[in-house]
Amino acid sequence: MKEILSKYGLNTLTKKILLDLYRSMLRIRMFEEKIVELYPEQEMKCPVHLCIGQEAIAAGVCAHLFKNDYVFSNHRGHGHCLAKGAAMAPLMAEFYGKETGCSSGKGGSMHIIDAANGILGTSAIVGGGIPMGVGAALASSMRDEERVTVVFFGDGAFDEGAFYESFNFASLKKLPVVFVCENNFYATNSHQSARQSGCRISESAASFDSRGHCVDGNDVLAVYKAAQEAVGLGRKGGGPSLIEAKTYRWKGHVGPEEDWTKGCRPKEELDYWKEQCPIKRFSNLLLEKGALTTEEMEQAKSAINAELTEAVEFAKASPYPHASRLLEDVYHKAGK
Amino acid sequence: MPWTKIYGSRTEFEKALKDTPGLRGITYKEAIREATAQLLASDKSVFVIGEGVDDSGGVFGTTKGLQEEFGKERVMDSPLAENGVTGVCVGAAAAGMKPILVHMRVDFLPISLDQIVNHAAKWNYMFGGTVNVPLVIRSIIGRGWGSAAQHSQSLQAMFMNIPGLRVIMPATPYDAKGLLIAASRDGNPVIMIEHRWLYDHVGHVPEEMYEVPLGKASVRRSGKDVTIVAVSHMAHEAMQAAEALAAEGIDAEVIDLRTLKPMDSSTVIESVKKTGRLIVADTGWKECAVGAEVIAKVAEAGVSLKAPFMRVNLPEAPTPASPALEKAYYPGKDDIIEAARKTAGHGERKA
Ligand SMILES: Cc1ncc(C[n+]2csc(CCOP(=O)(O)OP(=O)(O)O)c2C)c(N)n1
Ligand SMILES: [Mg+2]
Repeated sequence: MKEILSKYGLNTLTKKILLDLYRSMLRIRMFEEKIVELYPEQEMKCPVHLCIGQEAIAAGVCAHLFKNDYVFSNHRGHGHCLAKGAAMAPLMAEFYGKETGCSSGKGGSMHIIDAANGILGTSAIVGGGIPMGVGAALASSMRDEERVTVVFFGDGAFDEGAFYESFNFASLKKLPVVFVCENNFYATNSHQSARQSGCRISESAASFDSRGHCVDGNDVLAVYKAAQEAVGLGRKGGGPSLIEAKTYRWKGHVGPEEDWTKGCRPKEELDYWKEQCPIKRFSNLLLEKGALTTEEMEQAKSAINAELTEAVEFAKASPYPHASRLLEDVYHKAGK
Repeated sequence: MPWTKIYGSRTEFEKALKDTPGLRGITYKEAIREATAQLLASDKSVFVIGEGVDDSGGVFGTTKGLQEEFGKERVMDSPLAENGVTGVCVGAAAAGMKPILVHMRVDFLPISLDQIVNHAAKWNYMFGGTVNVPLVIRSIIGRGWGSAAQHSQSLQAMFMNIPGLRVIMPATPYDAKGLLIAASRDGNPVIMIEHRWLYDHVGHVPEEMYEVPLGKASVRRSGKDVTIVAVSHMAHEAMQAAEALAAEGIDAEVIDLRTLKPMDSSTVIESVKKTGRLIVADTGWKECAVGAEVIAKVAEAGVSLKAPFMRVNLPEAPTPASPALEKAYYPGKDDIIEAARKTAGHGERKA
């Protein structure tokens, strides 16, 4: 394993971190697969945007974050929140529209939050979270806090003007921001090449005097390494960085089904990317090099299963918000 | 006229089709697609642009197959750059084209507000009528299945406030086609707002091109006791309410505004002169919105009333995701019936 790690420039990586990365990816995968399993029951009455196939990015980036670091995310945000430390139960309850959900049932799957873990909300307006993330970084820098803000967004958000305005501002003010672009090559069914002339997202960082990393987003160690540099730079006051992580979403844009059946994308493409499964690649490597044992992996799996079972039970058993809650929370109330 | 009718169900419509030979029925989404195809075919300056217009689903079917028919140059997918691309359309329109820009949700229009409000709406006036902006912006109101706060808004009122814009909200297939064609030929920026729940509604639609004039309301049902002014999906709710009210002996007149700006106030005023009672049912929020404007126009006309005005709107909150709250959130025919009963309780009512 040492040899492999040194190739990534990660010589000091401990076994604990390797296990954590594995666990983090698996936790996201199992959570999303549980949704796939339960969604046909039609009790989760909200659109779900699943990130199966993209787990390495959230896991590899969030491995560098402390509890008080900020994360902003988008419509495809389950993985980001889980990797940042959100518990499963309040998320699941939110998808079920329950009072105990992380947003009290007001938000649904596109609007999840965990303020105690630094997740200040997820916007379903493409690009909407990017300037907000920069704003949070501005706040922490004005208060002299040692916080880094990570903004997750897709290749679609790279089309939006908000990205450029925000990046420029972050760079101008040397804010501790890491822009993480999950390039899965599609925005709904529209390919990157139908929307962007260059298709070189990471290179845009140069015009903002910043560092751009382009990594294999299905290689958790590559993501981890890039994030180590980017987060480290932010913490040192070196300003923002951009990580473009190339990956692929296995499911349709929204919902639990694959979309090649509807002719949205070629099946061969999906087959290729399934071969590139970030979890399979990493676990094969770990086993091959003897870095983790099958038992250790099984243990991780059953612990996640326990959390998941509990989360689903909690979500299903929780009450719906009473209709009287409808007009609550439109405005902030002092003391809440 | 058969096309001014709102059908409560597909069976009712199919019966009407059988009874009236020679009439043709298509859905709301097909009507939009047909209008767009005919505009593209008849006018070289028309083009269609928007996120996913070339998608296999074709924006709920409204642009389906158009790219195959008219080519990638005239029916084009767009980057996710709402403000920029809206500005591109404003510029193309200023330079003589007639773009039809599609935003999948009304909620994405706020990103384009700068180009719509500061540019499209101002250009004709700011330069003394030298250059106009013949632009249609189509956009869609989502509803249900936890669409939540950012995917379900009815923002028509925001646009009604801006001189230089026109705002249309067709409720029937006939109007969807005729208003879209009229909008494209109008020479001004027109915001067309569709409700997702209308797409499968069926109605009579002639095959040839025709215009429904902007600024003209449609009386969907005549009655003498109460005037119900409604827009878009609420026009359908109002029709159902009127049927139920008839059984109670309340004879409601239902007016579908169709165009919100310019508003056909005279049709409404004439009706309220007759009924003395007014309810306005809108898909959006209450304050400074459609109902407020209709009521103000009637009040300004000094029409004497038998009962206070009433409005049926969304509650004063963003859309919640939870099914329990969503159910409590949306008003419908029952709220209109309730309002009508209340107003009818005021003053004497002729049986
Ligand atoms: C401003 C805006 N435009 C369009 C949409 C509709 N929409 C929702 S997600 C999405 C695709 C986003 O693609 P990307 O940013 O690459 O994220 P991915 O879904 O691939 O994770 C689109 C077009 C939206 N929500 N907001
Ligand atoms: Mg994408």
